[in-house]
Amino acid sequence: MWPNEFDYARAGSVDEALSLIGDEGKFLAGGHSLLPVMKLRLAAPEQLVDIGGIDSLRGISADGGLTIGATTTHAEIAASADVQAMCAGLASACGQVGDQAVRNFGTIGGNIAHADPASDPPTVLVACGATIHIQGADGSRSVSAQDFFVDLFETDLEDGELITSLSLPNCSDCQCAYVKFPHPASRYAIVGVAVCLKMDGGTCAQADIAVGGATVKAVKCGGAEAALTGSTLDDAAISAAAEAVKADIGDWLAGDIAYPESYRQQMAGVFLRRAIAAATG
Amino acid sequence: MQVSMTVNGVAHEADVDPRTLLVHFLREALDLTGTKIGCDTSQCGACTVHLNGKVLKSCTLLAVQADGCEVTTIEGLAEAGEHHPMQTAFWENHGLQCGYCTPGMIMASAAFVRDNPGASEAEIRHYLEGNICRCTGYHNIVKAVKQVADAAAAT
Ligand SMILES: Cc1cc2nc3c(=O)[nH]c(=O)nc-3n(C[C@H](O)[C@H](O)[C@H](O)COP(=O)(O)OP(=O)(O)OC[C@H]3O[C@@H](n4cnc5c(N)ncnc54)[C@H](O)[C@@H]3O)c2cc1C
Ligand code: FES
Ligand code: FES
Repeated sequence: MWPNEFDYARAGSVDEALSLIGDEGKFLAGGHSLLPVMKLRLAAPEQLVDIGGIDSLRGISADGGLTIGATTTHAEIAASADVQAMCAGLASACGQVGDQAVRNFGTIGGNIAHADPASDPPTVLVACGATIHIQGADGSRSVSAQDFFVDLFETDLEDGELITSLSLPNCSDCQCAYVKFPHPASRYAIVGVAVCLKMDGGTCAQADIAVGGATVKAVKCGGAEAALTGSTLDDAAISAAAEAVKADIGDWLAGDIAYPESYRQQMAGVFLRRAIAAATG
Repeated sequence: MQVSMTVNGVAHEADVDPRTLLVHFLREALDLTGTKIGCDTSQCGACTVHLNGKVLKSCTLLAVQADGCEVTTIEGLAEAGEHHPMQTAFWENHGLQCGYCTPGMIMASAAFVRDNPGASEAEIRHYLEGNICRCTGYHNIVKAVKQVADAAAAT
C-alpha cells in the first residue's frame, strides 16, 4: 500500500521544523503511527516535516527529575537505567509497547501526539504527573499530561505545534508499576493500569492511579486513589479501590465488539489489583 | 528526492518519490525480493530488516527516512558464502513450511540472539510476537532460535 503523495522536508533543528511546517503539514517522527494511517488513507497530509534527525529532541537526562526528548524511542526509554530508577512504571510501559521493531522506531512524542486510546505510555504519564513541553511559532508552553489528553485521538496540541520533551518528577521513592491486558493480535492495551504509591512505613501516604485502554483517553482515578490513601493496602482497601476505579472511568469508557465497555470496566478493577501487586511485590 | 544508503555493504544512491516505503525501495529499486510484504499493516513482520543493526518492519518506514543508514536484508546475512547460524538452524530444524515469513523471522531472530545470547524459550516466544507465521505453529521456529541462543551462550 502506498500513501498519498506529499512533500517531504527534513528539519535539522526545532526552529527549522516550526518554520517549515505548513497548514496541511504533519511532523514525522518514527512514522509508526502516521505511516500506517496514511497507507490506509485515513490521513493524507500534503506535507511531512521529518523531525527524526533533530539531535536536541532526542535523549534522556536525569537531574532531580527526568526529562525525555520527544523523539526518544520506546526501546531507549525501556532500557534507560535512569527511567527504571526514577519512574519504573514508564520503563515498563514503554517495554510493553507493540513488539521490538515498533519499540525501536516509535517515539514517545509521536505516541502521545497520536493519542491512541489503546496506547501505554500516556497512562503512566497521567498517573505520575508528567508535564509536556511544547513549542510553536509563538513561543513555548508546558501542559500537564492530564490536561494534554483531551479525548479520543484528541490532544491540547494546536496545528503546527511541536512537542519538544516531557518531564517527570523523580519517583524513585515510590512503588510504581504499569500492568496491561494486551490485545491478543495487536498487543495494544485493552486495559492498562498505572499505579504510583508513596508508602510511609506500612501506610500508603499517597496513591496516584490512571487507567487507559478501557477509556477514550488516560483517566486519573481519584476515587480509587482515595480508597488506598491512608490504608495499609489491606484486602478491604484494595477491594474498595477496585470497585471505585470502575466509577472513576465511567464517563470515559471505550469498547468494541470483542471487548465491550462493560467488560473493560470490569477488567480495570482486576488489573488495578494486579498493578498494586506488581508495584508492591 | 535523493537518498543514499548502504544495503548489505553496497552503497546505493537513488532518486525516489518521498512516499516510497523502504520495503518497496528494497524490492523494486534494488531487486532484493527476499524481504517479503505480508500484511502491509505493520503487524506480521515478513518485511523485517535491520536498520543500523536494529530490527525494523520495512513497510513502516519511508525510504527517505533511511537516508544515510546501513540496511541489512536476508540477502546480506550470510558472510563469505557461509550461512548465518540462524539460517543454518532454520534449515536443520525445518523452521518453515511455505517460507513466506522466514526472511523476517530469521532477521528478527538473528538480532534477538545477538542481543540476548542464552535466551529462554519463553523469551524467544515473547520476542517473536511481532512476527506472524501462518504455517508452522511456531514450534520448529522456536527450536531453531533456541539452538542458536544456546550455542551463543556457550561461546
Ligand atoms: C504494530 C504496531 C503495534 C503497536 N502497539 C502499540 C502498543 O501496544 N502500545 C502503544 O502505546 N503503542 C503501540 N504502537 C504505536 C507506537 O507506539 C507508535 O510508534 C507511536 O505511537 C508513534 O510514534 P512515532 O514516532 O512513530 O510517531 P509518528 O507516526 O511519526 O507520528 C504520529 C503522530 O504524532 C505527530 N507527532 C510525532 N512527533 C511529534 C512531536 N514531537 N510533536 C508534535 N507532533 C508529533 C505526527 O504528526 C503524527 O500525527 C504500535 C504501533 C505499531 C505499528
Ligand atoms: S508487511 Fe510489514 S509488518 Fe507485515
Ligand atoms: S512458513 Fe508459511 S508463514 Fe511461516
